[in-house]
Amino acid sequence: MLQKDQKIMSDKIPIIKIQNIKKSFRQNDHQDLLVLDDVNLELYEEEIVALLGKSGSGKSTLLRIIAGLIKPSAGEVIYRGEKVTAPAAGLAMVFQSFALMPWLTVLQNVELGLEALGVPKVERRTRSLKAIDVVGLDGFESAYPKELSGGMRQRVGFARALVVNPDVLLMDEPFSALDVLTADNLRSDLLDLWQSKKTNIKNVLLVTHNISEAAALADRIIIFGANPGNVRTELVVDIPHPRNDQNPKFRLLIDNIYTLMTTSAADVGTTYRYKTLTLGYRLPNVQISEITGLLDMLIEPAYRDKKIDLPVLADELHLNIDDLFPITEALEILRFAQVSKGDIELNVAGKAFGDADILERKKIFANHLLSYIPLAYYIRHVLDERPEHRAAEERFLNELEDYLSEDAAKDVLRVVIEWGRYAEIFAYDYNTGQLSLENPK
Amino acid sequence: MALLPKQTYTKNEATIWSIPNYWDVIAVVLVFTFIVLAAWGAKQMGAPYRLGDIIPISLNPIYLPTYALRTTMRLFIALFFSLLFTFTFGTLAAKNKHAERLIIPIIDILQSIPILSFLSITVTGFIVIFKNSMLGPECAAIFAIFTSQAWNMTLSFYLSVKTVPSDLKEAATVFRLSAWQRFWKLEVPFSMHSLIWNMMMSMSGSWFFVIASEAFTVSNQNITLPGIGSYIALAIAQADSKAIIYAIFCMLVVIVLYDQLLFRPLIYWTEKFRESQDDDDEKAPRAWLVSLFQRTKILRSTTSLFSKLADIWINLQPINTKPKTAIKKKLSPLLIKINYFVLLLALASASIFIWRFVFANVPFAESRHVVMLGIYTGIRVMSLIFVSSLIWVPIGVWIGLRPNIAATIQPIVQFIAAFPANLLFPIVAMLIVTLKLNVEIWVAPLMVLGTQWYILFNVITGASAIPRELKLAAANFKVTGFLWWRRFILPGIAPCFITGAITAAGGAWNASIIAEIITWGPIRLQATGIGAYIQTNFTAGDFPRVALGTMIMCLIVLLINRFFWRPLYNIAMERFGLD
Repeated sequence: MLQKDQKIMSDKIPIIKIQNIKKSFRQNDHQDLLVLDDVNLELYEEEIVALLGKSGSGKSTLLRIIAGLIKPSAGEVIYRGEKVTAPAAGLAMVFQSFALMPWLTVLQNVELGLEALGVPKVERRTRSLKAIDVVGLDGFESAYPKELSGGMRQRVGFARALVVNPDVLLMDEPFSALDVLTADNLRSDLLDLWQSKKTNIKNVLLVTHNISEAAALADRIIIFGANPGNVRTELVVDIPHPRNDQNPKFRLLIDNIYTLMTTSAADVGTTYRYKTLTLGYRLPNVQISEITGLLDMLIEPAYRDKKIDLPVLADELHLNIDDLFPITEALEILRFAQVSKGDIELNVAGKAFGDADILERKKIFANHLLSYIPLAYYIRHVLDERPEHRAAEERFLNELEDYLSEDAAKDVLRVVIEWGRYAEIFAYDYNTGQLSLENPK
Repeated sequence: MALLPKQTYTKNEATIWSIPNYWDVIAVVLVFTFIVLAAWGAKQMGAPYRLGDIIPISLNPIYLPTYALRTTMRLFIALFFSLLFTFTFGTLAAKNKHAERLIIPIIDILQSIPILSFLSITVTGFIVIFKNSMLGPECAAIFAIFTSQAWNMTLSFYLSVKTVPSDLKEAATVFRLSAWQRFWKLEVPFSMHSLIWNMMMSMSGSWFFVIASEAFTVSNQNITLPGIGSYIALAIAQADSKAIIYAIFCMLVVIVLYDQLLFRPLIYWTEKFRESQDDDDEKAPRAWLVSLFQRTKILRSTTSLFSKLADIWINLQPINTKPKTAIKKKLSPLLIKINYFVLLLALASASIFIWRFVFANVPFAESRHVVMLGIYTGIRVMSLIFVSSLIWVPIGVWIGLRPNIAATIQPIVQFIAAFPANLLFPIVAMLIVTLKLNVEIWVAPLMVLGTQWYILFNVITGASAIPRELKLAAANFKVTGFLWWRRFILPGIAPCFITGAITAAGGAWNASIIAEIITWGPIRLQATGIGAYIQTNFTAGDFPRVALGTMIMCLIVLLINRFFWRPLYNIAMERFGLD
């Protein structure tokens, strides 16, 4: 696990060069939302690169820019010396949702890319059959996707990508829609295929939010930061395959990644400081039950009064980071816990909350919500000011859309409404979309 | 051990039968009959015709099969053009924002224009274009049928193409399919299911208007095209109830035939890859024609020939040129502005033209009278929807909650719905006369006879979509009687029911032009309403009044849709929609 600058790569020529990519989406007439900011990346031959980040960090957008599906707002992608403006012939993609045409059989799905290339029918057939053979789907050529399990569907996705003979394979969370065992199985098959050198593939770019997946597969891990998406840091992995997850080196790697992901460059080395939020802060999409559930667990004697390793916690709860990080983030911004360097520890308020009964908990929660979440405070303030103590949700939605995309604004408002209802600091009527201070009659 | 039969997934019948099997004979006869009949029908359409010629129609049932054939051919030619229209304009609207803004409202309006109005506008034109040939009136009739089929098909296709999942779109782009390949590999198959259902609805709809489109009067000239519609028209004029029964029987046969030969196999095909919502006890629809094709050697090779042809069609080289960049070029804003300006200008001049055409011949004060007529018809439509809801909602719920019964009844109801209700008009006319009933009220049920089924269909669908666990929960908490309806079933089926009511109401408006005047031999019953107004003026050849009536009817329908049905639907979806 050497930092990038310690390894010499200068003598190699990159297959893909990503230069100063910026991407913003049109928000409204005045404002654009920046999702990717000044991303630079190079992909070389003979490596699997994992792009690791939390959901919403823009890593999938970056993958789509590389694939030529989305046009960047600034910067360019150079593939083998040529600028990518449309899907290029040497790039193939594997999708999270498989994206198989339900009305085509396995064979027809695999043939799809060859038809687009204008390959004659006979050659198309032989090449497709071979690709189906390679991914181990022999005998299922005439099956429709609905007859197949998730793992087999993704194998079809692989075959469809392999058959066009790409030299870069772009993978967008290819295993995250599968159950744990199937995903493991498919991952090791991918590694076998990669190591066997049966294919023309020179580079695999894997987008994932799963830390252990990145650690198990990648030669290089790019850690992606959010808001706006940017390359935070890069790790080179030099553990040989097959990697054993009990190996101390491997565990150290995982620990290292957790630390890198929970620590931003700004707060290295200083004493712990809570984040101060703004009105448009993107609240994590977390339910009250998840917050109280984690607090309940952390006040148990085994965890109380000590720093808990996040990987250990994730293991204990059978969660992967995409599920765990939002909850720890919620505890942190509500100031019930301190999260840093891959560890979490309850503070006084967190312990008080855990020890309280239901009504007392609501009071503590309301207090923290109004003190530390500006949006909650703002909504309450507006309702207090108005003589009739009512306001339409659109009012706040419009305000949030100055900072966030339309969907994100909706999510954030939904979260703050749920938290606020639990804390009983305001009421909400779904049918009218009105926030108010009254309890429903 | 080696001689054990191979365990394969192929049907045994397919492999064991010796060649040639007797299915081959049936299948070949079937195909040849179809080809010969189609050729004969086409030849008849080109027969010479001059305006003023009287085309003889006979009530002798011997002629019925040929009449049925010709009517069916018209329906299918119209269906073909509807499909062409759908693929062109549906795709255009779904892919081009500017086209969408224009096409969708236009189709929305066209939908509410009664078929007679289309006929009156186009028939003279077609007769002039195809002088001295039957093709003139034939084309007019086909066009009229087309107008009763195309709109809902186009809207359904447009909606489907708009909702193609983004991952499939991305896959098509990443693997660099051309627009042409994309259309046939992605957009058409994705929309197939709802398109086929809409084609079936369209066919039923055009049977309803088959009399109107085949036997019509233009400028005091009776034109009767040989077909079932004209046959029925003549039977009604001569009050021949036996002939009506023959016609009903003949239509039943035709409807069964194309349902079994065309739509069932198509539905079977779409169901094959559709992910069903609940796979517990859903039976796969059967289609004997498909099994026939699967079992027959010769026909199997035809199928493979077809798939080869499809392959060539989709992969045609010249059409599959690819643009250099996937990222679309934007039109310059100035050009867009100029386009909209030209459009506005055209719109304004068209409005002035229509205004002058109508009101040069009709006193302006008459429009107030026509609006009143529209309101009468509106009251009829709304009260009928109310009454038929009272009848069909409980029945639909009862059926929908019983999956086994629903599975048997659904095809039967679909079949009944395809049956043209206007064949029952004579019976109603006789009843009204003999029982001395009020014409204004008792003509009304005819308007919903054909469209009430949409309420039933949708309620069945809605009730069967209610999750089983909810039903159990309701039973567990002893939610019964009025409470069960108010808190459980009615909210549960609300979105579906309202969809059904909207469709039924739209159909009822359209049917009013047929239902407000009914005749049976010498009996002629006329109710006060906008439908009767349009029909009277159509027969008299008074085009400005037809135009006036049509426009006012259109406006009323659009207003009711915008300010009553759509908000109602939105509320139901928002509050009661099951995900």
